[in-house]
Amino acid sequence: MAAGASWNESKVEIAGVTLHLARAGSGRPVLVLHHDIGSPEQLDFYDALASRFDVLVPHHPGYGKSERPQWLRSVRDVAVMYQWLLSDLGIERPSLVGLGFGGWIAAEMAAMAPDRLHRLALVGAMGLKPPEGDILDQAIISYLDYARAGFHDQAAFARIYGDVSTDQLVDWDICREMCFRIAWKPYMYSQTLPHLLGGVKAPALVVWGDDDKIVPRSAGELYAATLPNARFEIVRAAGHCAEMEQPAAVARLIGGFVAEN
Amino acid sequence: MHVMYFTEQPMSAYPADIGLEFGATALMFSNKYYDPVAGSRLYNEYLEQYIYAEEMGVEGFMLNEHHNAPFCMQSKCNIFAAILAAVTKKAKIVLLGNPLPLAENPVRLAEELAMIDMISRGRLVSGFVRGGGQEQLANGVSPAYNRERFEEAHDLVVAAWTREGPFRWEGTHYQHRVVNPWAVPLQKPYPRVWIPGVLSKETIIWAAKQRYPYIALNTSIEATKTIWKLYDEVAREVGYEAGPQNRGYLQQVHVSDSEEKAEKNARQFLWMQGEFTGLAHPVWSNPAGYFSPEFRRQFVEFAVGRAESPRGRPTFEKQVADGRVIYGTPDTVIPKLRRVLEETRPSIYGLWGNDGNVSNEDARTCIRLLGQEVMPAMREFGKELGLTDPFEAEAPVHLRYSTDLKQLPQAAE
Repeated sequence: MAAGASWNESKVEIAGVTLHLARAGSGRPVLVLHHDIGSPEQLDFYDALASRFDVLVPHHPGYGKSERPQWLRSVRDVAVMYQWLLSDLGIERPSLVGLGFGGWIAAEMAAMAPDRLHRLALVGAMGLKPPEGDILDQAIISYLDYARAGFHDQAAFARIYGDVSTDQLVDWDICREMCFRIAWKPYMYSQTLPHLLGGVKAPALVVWGDDDKIVPRSAGELYAATLPNARFEIVRAAGHCAEMEQPAAVARLIGGFVAEN
Repeated sequence: MHVMYFTEQPMSAYPADIGLEFGATALMFSNKYYDPVAGSRLYNEYLEQYIYAEEMGVEGFMLNEHHNAPFCMQSKCNIFAAILAAVTKKAKIVLLGNPLPLAENPVRLAEELAMIDMISRGRLVSGFVRGGGQEQLANGVSPAYNRERFEEAHDLVVAAWTREGPFRWEGTHYQHRVVNPWAVPLQKPYPRVWIPGVLSKETIIWAAKQRYPYIALNTSIEATKTIWKLYDEVAREVGYEAGPQNRGYLQQVHVSDSEEKAEKNARQFLWMQGEFTGLAHPVWSNPAGYFSPEFRRQFVEFAVGRAESPRGRPTFEKQVADGRVIYGTPDTVIPKLRRVLEETRPSIYGLWGNDGNVSNEDARTCIRLLGQEVMPAMREFGKELGLTDPFEAEAPVHLRYSTDLKQLPQAAE
């Protein structure tokens, strides 16, 4: 595992909104899109990718250190903002790595600009109505219970979040409010996205923790079946936040995939 | 002074032990425990109690609504309001109120309220609320837009009542091709709007800017004075002097023919506060985006069990000491109410008489004593203390209808 890549933090203005962007490494550009509960400052998974690629980790609009656009109404709006960001940064053929909720954004981005994509990697992605089961609804459980449900092993949760500070709880509440502003109903999926994925000819890798309690595996299988050029991989001993729980395994899978020509 | 009778209309006939075991009795407590035979009996008892209240001299019926919880059976206050509009003659029908953000179509709400106003021959007072947190979840409405929807739905309802149709509405949360309801209120310019609330400063400020009376719901006497202070400051900024006609107060007041029986029944007020069965998980009652951001930090700690509720959950004795719960015979209650009126000076007063498992017989005794002994005394105090209510004062329905301002404000948003 690469230790502590050197991350450069900056502010970028997209659609009149100031977004927080962390960037490290060099090589192929990889846009990493975080979960619905925001993103920790540092993750081994991010560092591992940054040891091989030019990695960009923005905070979604309204999440973490990014400003809230009062007008934002849908996850597709977020995808458009990120296409705008890539355009402003002159990044032509990025790979997208979408984690959970970020996977939904990545899938929307892929659908709206299929030619601009090198690789699409989805980890426990939201965005599709699972054929079996439902996406776990954070609206009816507490912050801690929801974040914990993202992990197969609670020791892994503790490694990432420790004792959970009040600042962290406040951040989760702000993230939650933003989810309620843009993904309330239907909750965490799009009814039109499955009809729009057929144009994504770029290779796609769909990764799922074998114990994902947030998004049922059937949603991952549906992504793999709907994207024309996709492969499905299970990560063992991992929950929804597979990249936090098994960073080496997920980074190896995705790193190898992005490195392909 | 306008004095009203209120009951939360508890659906008390359910297995409380199972609620206790489940740990909550709102939103997710299964309705497999709902007994419609008992529900039918209770609806009719509550309806008959309101009708009886008018016979006993009560001049106002206060009604409210809640969803997915046994503490209140009234899931649509307009239904009881419509029935009472037809079967009673004199008492004001005071809805406190319709939860505006839950309305997907505020024009339909405007129609229903106009019908109630006409059927009742102009007795409607149409209060509006934001709705509780769990009610946003129960109705599938995002809590994050609660306040925006409240304000826009209000503007649309008032437009539907006052503007000649047809017109088009292109708002942020509501869009309507044609607003042209063929039902308009009898009262002009429109039925009085009173705004009840508990905690949110934003609501107090908004009500004061509209010049709508604010009804403090079962707050302590000290908290109530703090509310008036804020209301009065905003009123002064807007350009008018607030007074009793801008102030309403709801208190839990149970009277009986003996002190012992009154205390026993008054303890039932804690029933709906969750003392016996717990009410709701904090993230249901305050989903993200619903609460005022100033409480965010305090709230998240409460939600994970690290802090006390920002609203607190005082004991029965503390609530009695704070004046939130009042009980006794008319002889002991009347002096207590006089002190409340002297200290808080409202002109609208809701007597929340019965809750929990108070028997129908005891509830009717309470109503009789309230109507025949307590309310007449309060009306006398009201005259003596100058607590002129909005009807007596012919107060403007909204700021824009004020006739006492040097300069009519441009906007009251």
